[in-house]
Order: sequence, then C-alpha cells, then structure tokens
Amino acid sequence: MHSQNITLLAQQLRNKEFSSVELTQYYLEQIKQHDASLNSFITLTEERALDLARQADIRIQNGENNPLIGIPIAHKDLFCTENTLTTCASKILHNFVPPYESTVTQRMLESGTVMLGKTNMDEFAMGSSNENSYFGAVKNPWNLNAVPGGSSGGSAAAVSANLAVAATGTDTGGSIRQPASFCGITGLKPTYGRVSRFGMIAFASSLDQAGPMARSAEDCAHIMNSIAGFDDKDSTSSETKTEDYTAQLNLPLTGLKIGLPKEYFGEALDPEVAKVTLDAAKEFEKLGATLVDISLPNLNLSIPSYYVIAPSEASSNLSRFDGVRFGYRCEDPKDLLDMYMRSRSEGFGAEVQKRIMVGTYALSEGYYDAYYLKAQKIRRLIKQDFVNALTEVDVIMGPVAPTTAFNLNSKTQDPVAMYLEDIYTLSANLAGIPAMSIPSGFIDKMPVGLQIMGNYFAEAKLLNIAHQFQQHTDWHTQTPSLTEGA
Amino acid sequence: MNWEIVIGLEIHAQLSTKSKLFSGAAVGFGAEPNTQTALVDLGMPGSLPVLNKEALRMAVMFGLAVNADIGMKSVFARKNYFYPDLPKGYQTSQMDDPIVGVGHLDITLEDGSTKRVGITRAHLEEDAGKSLHEDFHGMTGIDLNRSSTPLLEIVSEPDIRSAKEAVAYVKTIHSIVTYLGICDGNMAEGSMRCDVNISLRPKGQQEYGTRTEIKNVNSFRFIEKAIHTEVERQADILEDGGKITQETRLYDPEKNETRSMRSKEDANDYRYFPCPDLLPVELTQGYVDSIKATLPELPAQKTQRFMNDYQLSEYDASVLSSSREMANYFETVTAEAKNAKLSANWVMGELSKFLNQNQMDVSQSPVSAENLGLLLLRIEDNTINGKTAKDVFQSMWNEEGTADEIIENKGLKQVTDTKAIEEMIQSVLDANPSQVEQYRVSEPDKQKKMNGFFIGQIMKASQGKANPSLVNPILAKLLKD
Amino acid sequence: MSFNKQDVQKVAHLARLSLSDNETEQYQESISSVLALVEQMQSINTDGIEPLCNPLEMTQRLREDEVTESNQRDSYTAIAPRSEKGLYLVPQVID
Repeated sequence: MHSQNITLLAQQLRNKEFSSVELTQYYLEQIKQHDASLNSFITLTEERALDLARQADIRIQNGENNPLIGIPIAHKDLFCTENTLTTCASKILHNFVPPYESTVTQRMLESGTVMLGKTNMDEFAMGSSNENSYFGAVKNPWNLNAVPGGSSGGSAAAVSANLAVAATGTDTGGSIRQPASFCGITGLKPTYGRVSRFGMIAFASSLDQAGPMARSAEDCAHIMNSIAGFDDKDSTSSETKTEDYTAQLNLPLTGLKIGLPKEYFGEALDPEVAKVTLDAAKEFEKLGATLVDISLPNLNLSIPSYYVIAPSEASSNLSRFDGVRFGYRCEDPKDLLDMYMRSRSEGFGAEVQKRIMVGTYALSEGYYDAYYLKAQKIRRLIKQDFVNALTEVDVIMGPVAPTTAFNLNSKTQDPVAMYLEDIYTLSANLAGIPAMSIPSGFIDKMPVGLQIMGNYFAEAKLLNIAHQFQQHTDWHTQTPSLTEGA
Repeated sequence: MNWEIVIGLEIHAQLSTKSKLFSGAAVGFGAEPNTQTALVDLGMPGSLPVLNKEALRMAVMFGLAVNADIGMKSVFARKNYFYPDLPKGYQTSQMDDPIVGVGHLDITLEDGSTKRVGITRAHLEEDAGKSLHEDFHGMTGIDLNRSSTPLLEIVSEPDIRSAKEAVAYVKTIHSIVTYLGICDGNMAEGSMRCDVNISLRPKGQQEYGTRTEIKNVNSFRFIEKAIHTEVERQADILEDGGKITQETRLYDPEKNETRSMRSKEDANDYRYFPCPDLLPVELTQGYVDSIKATLPELPAQKTQRFMNDYQLSEYDASVLSSSREMANYFETVTAEAKNAKLSANWVMGELSKFLNQNQMDVSQSPVSAENLGLLLLRIEDNTINGKTAKDVFQSMWNEEGTADEIIENKGLKQVTDTKAIEEMIQSVLDANPSQVEQYRVSEPDKQKKMNGFFIGQIMKASQGKANPSLVNPILAKLLKD
Repeated sequence: MSFNKQDVQKVAHLARLSLSDNETEQYQESISSVLALVEQMQSINTDGIEPLCNPLEMTQRLREDEVTESNQRDSYTAIAPRSEKGLYLVPQVID
C-alpha cells in the first residue's frame, strides 16, 4: 500500500524505491480491484497512463524536481482531454472525444502527473449526491450504501479509496467541498478566476471553479502550484500573481482570528456535526488562534439566489448541446426541430432538463427582473456579508454540509431537500471567495468535513491553516477499509 | 388616405478586423467551408471568448463619427435561440449597455437639402454562420466560417420618411464606415446588410402604426424597391380596413415582393442576460480621446470644406465626398488642373459615366487622377476644346497614353494661329456666298441664329481644332466686311 | 407565481426539450417546488442594489487582433454526428 503523500512519493520515486510505472501499475490494479463497486471512474486510460509514467520516469532520471512528476492522478470527467473521452457523465456526450485539452489538465500534464482516467460525477456537475450520472451512481467508500456527495463524487471516492493519489474537481456550489467532506478527504475551491476555466465544460460560468482534491492540504498545495494562474484563453481568469502554495504551510497560526458565523450553526445543522465542527475549531485555539462569533445575515438567501443564477447560466451554456457538431444526435430526426427536441431530451438526464427549464423560465420575458436580476442583487448582499466579516476575522469556519453522507436514493424523491444540502457551500461560490473542506472527525464511522473560507486569493493562507490542523490531527490520514471486490 | 411613411433602419456593418470578435480565427470571405473556425466559433464545450481589441476601437471610432455618446461601460449579453448556424445556441451581442449610445448624422438629399437622422445606438455583436441549401441528400450544410465575425449593428431612429431618404441614409453610413476604414462596405459580399422597419400612419397622426421588418436587403437599389413594395402592400391592407401584422419579412428581388418569414417568428423570447464568460468593457476618457485624435476627415466635414475651398454646390460637394477614394481623386485632379469647378464637372460627369458603364470603382479607373488633371489643364490652356477633350479621355480610358501623347499623336491641338484661322474662315465664307449675302441683310436677331451655322461649318472644316474663343471675333469681323 | 402545465410546455419548447405528458406533469411539480424555494427572495428589499454578475467585478481584457488559429477542420468535423465535404449536415433548414 502506497501513501497518498505527494512529497513522500516524490522522494521515493527519486530514491528509486519504485518507478512511476510501478506506482501507476499499482493504482491501475487498485482501480480494477475496487472500482466495480465504487463506480468512481467513467474512463480508465491505462495505456496512456503507462506511457505518461514512462515519460515521467525519464524526467525524474533527468533530475527534474517537480514533485508532481510521475504521480498518478484522476481528472473529473468535465475537463476536456485531447483524444480521451470526455462525457460530463451525460449521454449527450457519451461519444465526445475532444480534439483539445483543458488548461487545468494541460498544466497537470506539463507538471508530469500521470492521468489514470476520468472520474464519475453528477451529469454536468448538477447534483450533490452523484446519483445523477448517465454512468450510474458512485458509492461512498466508507459505506457502499451511502452517497459520496457531488458533483465531484467520483474524484472524492477515488481519492478516499486510494484509487488515485489525488484528483481534480470542480465546484459550482460545493461540488469539491461536499464530496470531500462526505468521503473524508481534503478539497479546495479556489477564488473564482484563480484557475482557468478553459476546457472545463461549463455549468454556471460565473460560479464554476476547478480545484484539487487530495488526502492532505499539502498535496492540494502541490496541485495548486500546477493549475493556478492566469490564462489568456479565459476572460474571467485573474491576473493576480500566484504564489508558491507550499511555502507558507508551516507558518504558525498564532494570532489567527477565526470567525464562526452563527447562521452556520442553526436548526438545519445536525447537532453531532455541530459538535465535531466546534471541536475542530477548539483545536485551532490550541494552535494559537482565537474564535470570534460573527454573522453572515444573508446566508439563507444563498439557496434561492444560487438556484436561480446557476440554472439561468446553465440553460444558456447547455444550448450548444444540439446534436449538430459533436455528441449525441437522435436517430432519424424527421426535421430540424425534431432533431433538437429529441437529441436534447434523450441526451440530457432529468435533473439537467429540470435545471435548464428553471433557468429558461427565470430568464424569460416577464420573469427576468423577478428572478434573475433579483438573484444577482441578492448575490451582492451575500458577497458584502463576507467582505464585512473578513475585515474582522482572517478566516471563517463552519460545517460543509448539515449531515454526514446520506444513503443512496434517500433524497432523490425530494429534490428540494437535496438543494438544502448545499446551504453552507453555495455562498462561497456566489461571493467568489476560496473555501476548503478538511477532515475533522467521524460520526458513526462516517467522515465529517470542516469548512474554512478565506478572503479573495488567500488560498495559501487556507492551505497553511489546514496543514497546521493536519499536523496536529490524524483525521485526514484515515482511510476506509475496502474488502476484495468492494 | 394620405399616408406618412415611417422608416427606421438597422445596419449590420462587418468590421474589417483580421481575426474574429472572440477568437483568433481568420476573418475572410470565400474561404473553404469551416476552415476559419476556432473552438469558440464552433461552440465547443469548454471553449471561451476573449474580446478583439481592434473591433472595440472600430466601434468607438464609429460612435465618435456620428457624434454619439460612447458607452464608457458596455456589457455583452447573450441572445438565446436555437438555429443550426448559431453554434452556441446564443448570439453574443449587447443589450442594455451598448458601446455606442445616442448620436446623429446629417444626410444630403438630391435636391440639395439636408436632414438629420437620429442614431439610437450601435452595438458590437458576433455574426452567425451560413446554411447552405444545396442538396446534401435532402439535408442542409452548415458552414461556420462567418461565425463570430465582428459586426457593428447601427440602429437609427424612425426618422426616415421615404425610400429616397432611406437610401441616402444608408449611403451616408456606407461612406462613414468606409471613410473610417472600419468596414469594406461590400454589400454584395454581405459586409453591410440592412434590415428595414416600415410602418404607415395617416398624415398628421402622432403615434406610429404597426411595423414590419424586412430582413437583409443588400443593395441600395433593393432598399428603394423593397420599401416601395412594402409601402404599397401596407397601404393596400390599411385602405381595405385591414391591420398590419408585426412580423419579419423577406424581400424577393426577382418577384419584387416581400413575404413573411414565419420561421423567425417562433422564438422571439431571446432571454437576454449578461454573458458570464465576458466581463464589462470599461473605457477611459484618455482612450476615447486618443481615438478621437486619429479620426480621419469625415464625409460631412469634407463636404463643408469642398464648399468653402472650391466653391462647389452642396450637392456636388457631397457627391464628391461620398467616398474617400472619390474625394481623393477629385482633389488630385484639382491640384493638377487648378480649376475646381471644371474638375468637379469632369469627375462627376465623364469619369463617373465611364465608371458606371464599366461597373468600376474609382480606385479601379484606368485614368489616373493626375492624368485627368493634365487633360483638364489642356482645356484650360486652350490646347484643346472641351469636345475634343472627351475624345482624348476615351483614348486615355483605353490606355492609349497620356493626354499630351494622345493630343500629339492624333494631332488634336487647337489652331490658335489667328492668321490660319482667318484664312480658314474666309474659305468657309467663300464656299457659302448666298448665306453670307443673306446674313448681311438680316436683322440682328436672325444674324445671331445664322452665326451658329457658320461656326458649325468652321468647326467641321477645322475638325474641331479651331479655338472657339478666337473664331468668334474673327468671324464677326469678316462677316461685317 | 404559479407554474402551470402550459408554462412547462412553453419553457420546454424554448429550451428545445420534448416532454411526454407524464414528464410534463412531473416537471410541473418539481419545477414548482424549486420556484417556491426561490420565492423567499421576493420579500427582500433590493432597491438601489446593483446586480453582481461576476464575483470579482473585473473588467474585460482585450486580445490583440491577430490570427492565431490554423485550419483544424478535419479534426473538428471528425467528431460531428454528420458531416460531408467539411460541412455539418442537419435536417433541412427552411427560412
């Protein structure tokens, strides 16, 4: 069994304890053994992985020192990968092999990582349970009856089960943090604009952001060093300078002011999750931080605001899936309209169709002001709450989700209950601030994540805080025990 | 009933950039299908737009040229609808905050009067691709080369009252955009396309009638014809007590009729919203000022200058400044010939006649402005007369040489030797003794008429080479004797 | 605001989705519940508040007017459901 510690693996590769090819073979073997029950991968790119591993071994031999060289990782199947099937977990892209590469996967490739395959997800990243996939639901490695969270559920489950050292995810309303929390791993949603969206299949353009999912904050920092930074192909990419995200990991937390928003500890929160969260906060006190009660008064408005803005943008972003230039086209369309109508209704799953219709409605004549415009105004209120709070405190902490991972099919009949799951994560996307989930305890053997939110472009700070916590706790090192074939 | 025609125009001018509005794909007419497309022009998943700097600059130039408010903060919006030539399922355009706001321009009509037409706005947007209806097993082929080509949509106020005014307006816009060098103005290739909104109302009524929009009328001539046809159609309906349906119509030049485009009626809830892949475009005053400083002299200013400097009539001045090439040509001719009125007459007369007959642009003229100027100089210095000059021009057009070479080779020089003229006139008089006799006994009125006969005979005898200013006094003297 | 079957049909058509009667009914219910969820926005006074369309409130960056793309037609059309002679083929378009 290999550790999921990029710094350690990088040393071992350089000490010739094993080669990248051997490491890659090990991971491919793990996937073959365990993924039948988890369903965390949509596509396995075995040959290409071994090719990349061979190239990585040469780079290591040549003395290159990027710690990511030769590290087997997985990409959410939302990033376009040249000549590799990219489905977004949708039938409409079941045959889509892009002739281009996303900036995130390109940078990871240049950093020398070895892509093992593409991970399962909620279709077009719409969901919080990974049950909305054309390729079937993903199971939580801690309990095969539970969901892994979503939408980056495949990436979370794969890292949790040690089927990959790390993975990429995307987060539009919590899609990195909530599955990281449910699967007991570390995930970072960077500041909007920190990581390029080029080649990421868009869900909601003003909310989408890619980020790392790994065992530890330190590993997330290594990946951030690869993927963060300006990209001239993305108009919303920030030109703010990046930093070495590993450089500040060991700074002490003395004097750190942590805000605990009272709205995050309300009725919706499972009392046991509240306790784990507060215990974790107390751990930071031991590290020299002080806890401050704060308020984010408009938190509850993040749900309506998000569930108007995200579907509105999605309804437009998903219009390009029309059966003309790529992807699925229905059999024997009788005319143009029939081609559109059937390709799209046969190609998209129910949740996606529902959100397209909600968004279409919210933007339509007579409703635009009451829905879309209103939601964008409320979005400013939500952002302002964070801006105000972050003048008083350095970071904000709270739960990631109201509960631990729930059971498969337990919420599929009540979509609104599913949406309420996102209450603690949506606001960071609406405001565009960075936010993390780190393992902070267990309830009935199911992991619980702690959310850390910070100021714009304060990723290094968040990683420092998370790393210090992980130096003093071992929640993040705990892994689910997988039986043979399960 | 006496109807008043109300017309507003939307002109799409394709901006002359090298690359597309949102991608680095080449812009060009006539390339092989789908060879000039970037990912974002095809609406490929994950592709993203980045705005072309030059397209923005061109839009601002236009705004300044029509005295418009420049949108210091403009926003791109998505116009959502499904069509196979629209790969993303939305057109990126501008809605609430266009780059160019309210402005105006003056048009000159044929009677020399001017009229001010309001510009509502002008905004940047991307073009769609093309549907090719040749038969591909009963299917349509889609070419996306034109997708994301930058357009400036120029919207006028409903200030236009006739087909003639509409044409004058479009010509004025045409000359402005070509002057600025922001559009090649080639209507046949679709670089400038017009949508005409037309309604009728009883003369004197304040509120507008229901309008129809005629899409894509792509020549000055068709604009005029389409308006006449549509006005007639609407008047017939209204006279019969009927109502006009607000709709999009298509002009068919072959049948000279407009017909309803029902296919476009279906999706008019475009669900505009700010494009989240693009950010607001913010301009500084310094940027706008720097563009202002580089604006070339515009048609209206040039017209004014031609009137002042060359004492031309407003109509002549506006015709000569309708295109930058024409104006430059005229000024070059004038510089050589040193006679603006004569130059204007020749450029608008003989030269334009030849250009029109050969469907040529002034830039393609085989007679250079310098050479035309030299020809006119020969009229000025009495080397040849105006009639001979037309023959020389014809030869110059056929590229037989410069004016002087042709005059020399064909021996067209006017006879200015008074002695020789006197001898020639005498011989004409000798050949027509009875007319001379009659002249001498006639009243002055009759004499004037007979004068023409003698001049004709003299010119015939001299093969047009006799200088009329010399002939007249000598003839008078000899007839008296 | 009540969201009825006609509304479902209207938005489904605008979004080019074909729904069976059964699906229409299901979506009417599920979309209605989403709309009810977002209804609480209406009680918030947002007078004078500027909408926030992009969290960073940056401005648009500009690209130099240069041709940077080469002809990729073959690889782009290779993934199309139907193409011929470099054109994407669709059922007949009637203007």
